[in-house]
Amino acid sequence: MTDANPGLRGKRPRRSPKDILYSESFRTAVYQIALAAAVALLGFYLYQNVVENLARQNIATGFGFLEQVSQFEIGETLIAYSARDTYGRALAVGLMNTLSVSAAGIVVATVIGFSVGIARVSSNWLLQRLATAYVEIVRNIPVILQVIFWAAVIRNLPAPRQAVELWGLGFLSNRGLTFAMPSAHAAHLWMLAALGAGIALAILASHKAKRHREATGRYIDMLWPCVGLIVGLPLLVWLGFGAPHEISFPERRGFNFAGGATISPEFVALMTGISLYSSGFIAEIVRAGIQATPRGQVEAARSIALRPRFILRYVVLPQALRVIVPPLTSQYVSLIKNSSIAVVIGYPDLVNIGNTVMNQTGQAVEAIAVMMLVYLIVSLATSLLMNLYNRLVAIKER
Amino acid sequence: MTQSAKPGPSADPVIRMSHVSKWYGHFQVLHDVSLDVRKGERVVVCGPSGSGKSTLIRCINRLEVHQSGQIFVKGLEMTDNVKNIDTIRRHIGMVFQNFNLFPHLTVLENLTLGPMLTRQMKKSAAEDLAMHFLRKVRIPEQSGKYPLQLSGGQQQRVAIARSLCMEPEIMLFDEPTSALDPEMIKEVLDTMIELAESGMTMIVVTHEMGFARTVADNVVFMADGRKVESGPPEEFFGNPREERTRAFLDQILKH
Ligand SMILES: Nc1ncnc2c1ncn2[C@@H]1O[C@H](COP(=O)(O)OP(=O)(O)O)[C@@H](O)[C@H]1O
Ligand SMILES: [Mg+2]
Repeated sequence: MTDANPGLRGKRPRRSPKDILYSESFRTAVYQIALAAAVALLGFYLYQNVVENLARQNIATGFGFLEQVSQFEIGETLIAYSARDTYGRALAVGLMNTLSVSAAGIVVATVIGFSVGIARVSSNWLLQRLATAYVEIVRNIPVILQVIFWAAVIRNLPAPRQAVELWGLGFLSNRGLTFAMPSAHAAHLWMLAALGAGIALAILASHKAKRHREATGRYIDMLWPCVGLIVGLPLLVWLGFGAPHEISFPERRGFNFAGGATISPEFVALMTGISLYSSGFIAEIVRAGIQATPRGQVEAARSIALRPRFILRYVVLPQALRVIVPPLTSQYVSLIKNSSIAVVIGYPDLVNIGNTVMNQTGQAVEAIAVMMLVYLIVSLATSLLMNLYNRLVAIKER
Repeated sequence: MTQSAKPGPSADPVIRMSHVSKWYGHFQVLHDVSLDVRKGERVVVCGPSGSGKSTLIRCINRLEVHQSGQIFVKGLEMTDNVKNIDTIRRHIGMVFQNFNLFPHLTVLENLTLGPMLTRQMKKSAAEDLAMHFLRKVRIPEQSGKYPLQLSGGQQQRVAIARSLCMEPEIMLFDEPTSALDPEMIKEVLDTMIELAESGMTMIVVTHEMGFARTVADNVVFMADGRKVESGPPEEFFGNPREERTRAFLDQILKH
């Protein structure tokens, strides 16, 4: 592909040692090797140093502690856990909490970010100003302050007896957010499976419809059939199970609530803080994406009589997403990392539990190594997915 | 299709603009402009920058909305009726100064998008049509490339081919050669001359007076949003009636 010497086509002259010494590719390779060697040496030196120091202080090394009994309780667990479980399991609980608060945060940040980003370019003066003010506030206050702020707000909410009632569906109190939930039923798992099947079928059907269009020129609008599949299949399963409609409503009982489901104050505060903070950045990313598609593109699409829906789908969105996706990825990754602020408000995320493990075992290096590795894997996996997507939508310029 | 079509005063001209005015806020861009274009007629619009030439032709396919007066295309009045807008846009192709090709699609995909989505053509038929017009503009070998991999002249010819794929009866050109390097202007003008020779109805905003002389049936001179003068090229260039026209021609022909 890259011909270093485009003037010399045809027979390639033999390269003398001097040519190699002065060749750009040779030099680049040498620098790369030298850098890699330096990094490896430095790493080895640090490793040696740490191992010697620990040995001198009689601190055990290795990851054996992961098998030991933890002897501490965790307030919020998604998997079964007690003080008799191992440190390893405790860290797994922390990881699940990190992932759940991050996942919820990403959804909330994305919804708010896209709405505010679109409002930022709205022609409605008031809406546009409000959106601008929102963005400036949430992204210019340090995220740790925002999390502490929301934690304080929730702590100052009334106790369950005087809890704020949310339209008969739930309560907001200093115990967190308590809301109505359908009572557990075997149908739910099957409905989830049906949802997955519905999504898969919808994707398949859309492909079929596209193929059909290309072959016959006939366009089939797949929006409603797809919605039908995705909503309809779980609905059918639900009906098949006799439409179990028992819902557990929370009620005030003593100093707490009975029934329903509760999200802890720490989860709510952390999720609110990190997602609002990220939503400000996402709004800016979305605004830039929308403005990156020049007016002329829409005009050209109109001049070939494309309908508005097609203009959005085939002209505006592909170009906007190409601008939006890469920075959006890094926002998602940084939101996941920001969730480690959990430690300041006592939400049991990976870092918080890792801290406890570290204090109890004294094996700081290993505990931190585990945490760093986990964050690295989660972050890299997120960017990998987004990079794959990005390669699909990239534009070739030359 | 033509359910709500109010037939124009005369079904004769394919485009009839009568007493069209348009404002941007308090600023009036078009003052009471009337213009008839017959089938197969080639109209060149010229005038100083900011005189409303672009606005004028963009009103014809409703990229801009006029606020008073009437515009008829093939006897169908351009109103805010989306059906009418759609029908009229299918009859009219448009070529822009900045090409406005879709950068995320290949040349072939740029050309087949309209035929497939609005004319409901099969992919294979749309591709045959696209290749036909790419041969017409002499760049069939570029079909697999992306627009930004082409030279300006090639991009503009792709843009012309993209419009032709809709098989329009009327073509609008808004300064199609103004963004091009001098050596590429000719290849685009040649394509336009061939199109004119094939009998296409054309309205061309351009400063290329050579093109106007040889191709135009009617030259329109605009200034300050008004149609100052119009006539066949011999008359327009040989014996302009208005002082402003003379001043403009003096200036532009000096170069
Ligand atoms: N969107 C707009 N808003 C306000 N003024 C505009 C807009 N578009 C064009 N104008 C003004 O309208 C006048 C005519 O513009 P245009 O039709 O582009 O002129 P031309 O194509 O002859 O150079 C110019 O003075 C221009 O500044
Ligand atoms: Mg113009």
